[in-house]
Amino acid sequence: MDLNQLLAIKEKELASRKPYTLRVCTAAGCLSAGSDQVKKQLERAVAEAGLSEQVEVRCVGCLRLCCQGPLVHVDPVNELYQKVGPETAPALLERVRGGAPPLEKGDLQHPFFTRQFSIVLANSGVVDPERIESYIAADGYRALHDAVIEMEPREVIQAVMASGLRGRGGAGFPTGLKWSTVAKSGGARKYVVCNADEGDPGAFMDRSVLESDPHSVLEGMAIAAYAVGAEQGFIYVRAEYPLAIRRLRMAIEQARRLGILGSGIFGSPLNFNVELRIGAGAFVCGEETALMASIEGRRGTPRPRPPFPAESGLWGCPTLINNVETFANVPAILRNGAEWFASIGTEKSKGTKVFALAGRVKNTGLIEVPMGTTLRTIVEEMGGGAPGGARIKAVQTGGPSGGCVPAELMDVEVDYESLTRLGSIMGSGGMIVMDETTDMVDVARFFMEFCKDESCGKCIPCRAGTVQMYGLLTKILEGRATARDLATLEELCDMVKHTSLCGLGQTAPNPVLSTLRFFRHEYERRLRPERHVASAVQPVTG
Amino acid sequence: MIATLGVPKRKRVREALAHASGDKRFKILEAHMKKYQHRHDALIEILHKAQELFGYLEDDLLLFVAHRLRLPPSRVYGVATFYHFFRLKPKGEHTCVVCMGTACYVKGADKILAAIERFAGVRAGETTPDGRVSVLTARCIGACGIAPAVVYDGNVAPHQTPDSAVATIQTWMSHGS
Repeated sequence: MDLNQLLAIKEKELASRKPYTLRVCTAAGCLSAGSDQVKKQLERAVAEAGLSEQVEVRCVGCLRLCCQGPLVHVDPVNELYQKVGPETAPALLERVRGGAPPLEKGDLQHPFFTRQFSIVLANSGVVDPERIESYIAADGYRALHDAVIEMEPREVIQAVMASGLRGRGGAGFPTGLKWSTVAKSGGARKYVVCNADEGDPGAFMDRSVLESDPHSVLEGMAIAAYAVGAEQGFIYVRAEYPLAIRRLRMAIEQARRLGILGSGIFGSPLNFNVELRIGAGAFVCGEETALMASIEGRRGTPRPRPPFPAESGLWGCPTLINNVETFANVPAILRNGAEWFASIGTEKSKGTKVFALAGRVKNTGLIEVPMGTTLRTIVEEMGGGAPGGARIKAVQTGGPSGGCVPAELMDVEVDYESLTRLGSIMGSGGMIVMDETTDMVDVARFFMEFCKDESCGKCIPCRAGTVQMYGLLTKILEGRATARDLATLEELCDMVKHTSLCGLGQTAPNPVLSTLRFFRHEYERRLRPERHVASAVQPVTG
Repeated sequence: MIATLGVPKRKRVREALAHASGDKRFKILEAHMKKYQHRHDALIEILHKAQELFGYLEDDLLLFVAHRLRLPPSRVYGVATFYHFFRLKPKGEHTCVVCMGTACYVKGADKILAAIERFAGVRAGETTPDGRVSVLTARCIGACGIAPAVVYDGNVAPHQTPDSAVATIQTWMSHGS
């Protein structure tokens, strides 16, 4: 494979385009609403109407507005149709003939769509995730080619550093710095690992990226491998995402067949292979040291750091671990330049962030916005507020490691630092909206139950502390607790936060702490008065 | 596996291997191990395959894997019990997985689960005595945009209610009886 062959594939793919394209969303959300049947019926209708030369029916990734699925986008008229059923789908051909199909039309001028800024999701909903040619037609693998042919590894790292990209898994560590640490570490073998163990309940960004545009992740990984000098990559995916696994397998196979993965990529000395590893349902495996243990086929328990994976990771070799979204940003940074990327976002948080907007909000789905967009814009403008005109109470970000931002503080700009100041975290990007019907103590207990079940049991503060905190929260919820129990709960939060081994335990108290900070009255109104114990020593009289 | 502790190890392994002979599924599993060159780090992949073939991981199966990969049975058992995805008991004819992710939870997944549990007469994680339906919960299936979601026999169903869930279970339980 060389540049000419790559361009030839692109040309051929573009030349085969037809005047009309019906893009059918086949990401998990729409698929569960029956979009595969929609696609089949559309294909049949196109064939029956003899429109095969005019109309292409293309399977694409996420079209964002999951709550209205199955979604079909019609090009070039740029119209989105929602709730398309297998029976009603053939009516879409009316549009091709110039008529108006009797189907519900989505409002593409709604802020939900117009406020989005796509970098990571640029190909999502456009390319066919099951065909590498479709990705190449969208300038895919061009960045990898240019990197390995025209740039030194050190220049690639320089570009990533200058872009200001930070880890999208939640912690926000500067990606360029991580890459340069791995590049500097000695050792013949190095590894690149993609963390696709998206365990936070209420988060589906990584799943959508993998289902909609798996090649961008592979390209990002290959560029990283070139930059740090690795030859082997692993993608660790959750077993709960069967579609993402299938599409990744397909993508790896296609890239290997074209020689984009393998030995001597684009005629350079770079050899790079990617292997898929399927998780088995353990939240703690999202923690990098636990993830590596799991890749090695062991129980996914974390270990103390240092040594950091960048120095001693998989089988003791220097290992670069980045999140799905982080890798997906890399090709765009190299294609458009670091300055372009650095011009988007806020001073300390560059670029965009993908959020999974869900919960008590009208428009649920996938959004990508520049860093620094306010929570209010996201929830009220884009999300359309709570259904039925209910008042929004809080927004939960960061899953079980994050916290709840109350409605009054929704003017906060979303970036790593601002959310941390409010006691929440950016997290991987789950955003759950809660309205008046949501009980905050119940939410805190929900997350504590999660952490209690998912604690790996290696360190005592987390293993025993989460059980105790869960017990106390239940006691409060059932109205059996006193002020003393609340004090114990706060004390435990502090202890577990500061003494746990890994991120799971260290952040487990966050949902409790943040709800205590902003919704303390909900706890206090459940407390019952302290029982007065008769004093053992009676005052002596007379 | 606890129940077998009293039996000498060598005898136990011999029994497990005898059990394995003649079953085609073990052949497929061995081919899979070969694909990974019996590498120890592929243990989780191999357990995935074993569960896919057999439905669940019984003691003999774990012993077989341990023997073939030259790993101590404790290591294999340890891994199999650590991860939620691996089942050590057989599951029902049908499975119903209620997603308990945050988005589903705030939209009433707990009520759906309670309705199913009441109707089927079993708790989450259990199978009905007639072996027809297993009721399970998931941490989050990532279908938050269509919450609350329930997975019936591998198919994700969007926007569920306690009534719609019970209706589906009902068709399973009454079917064929």
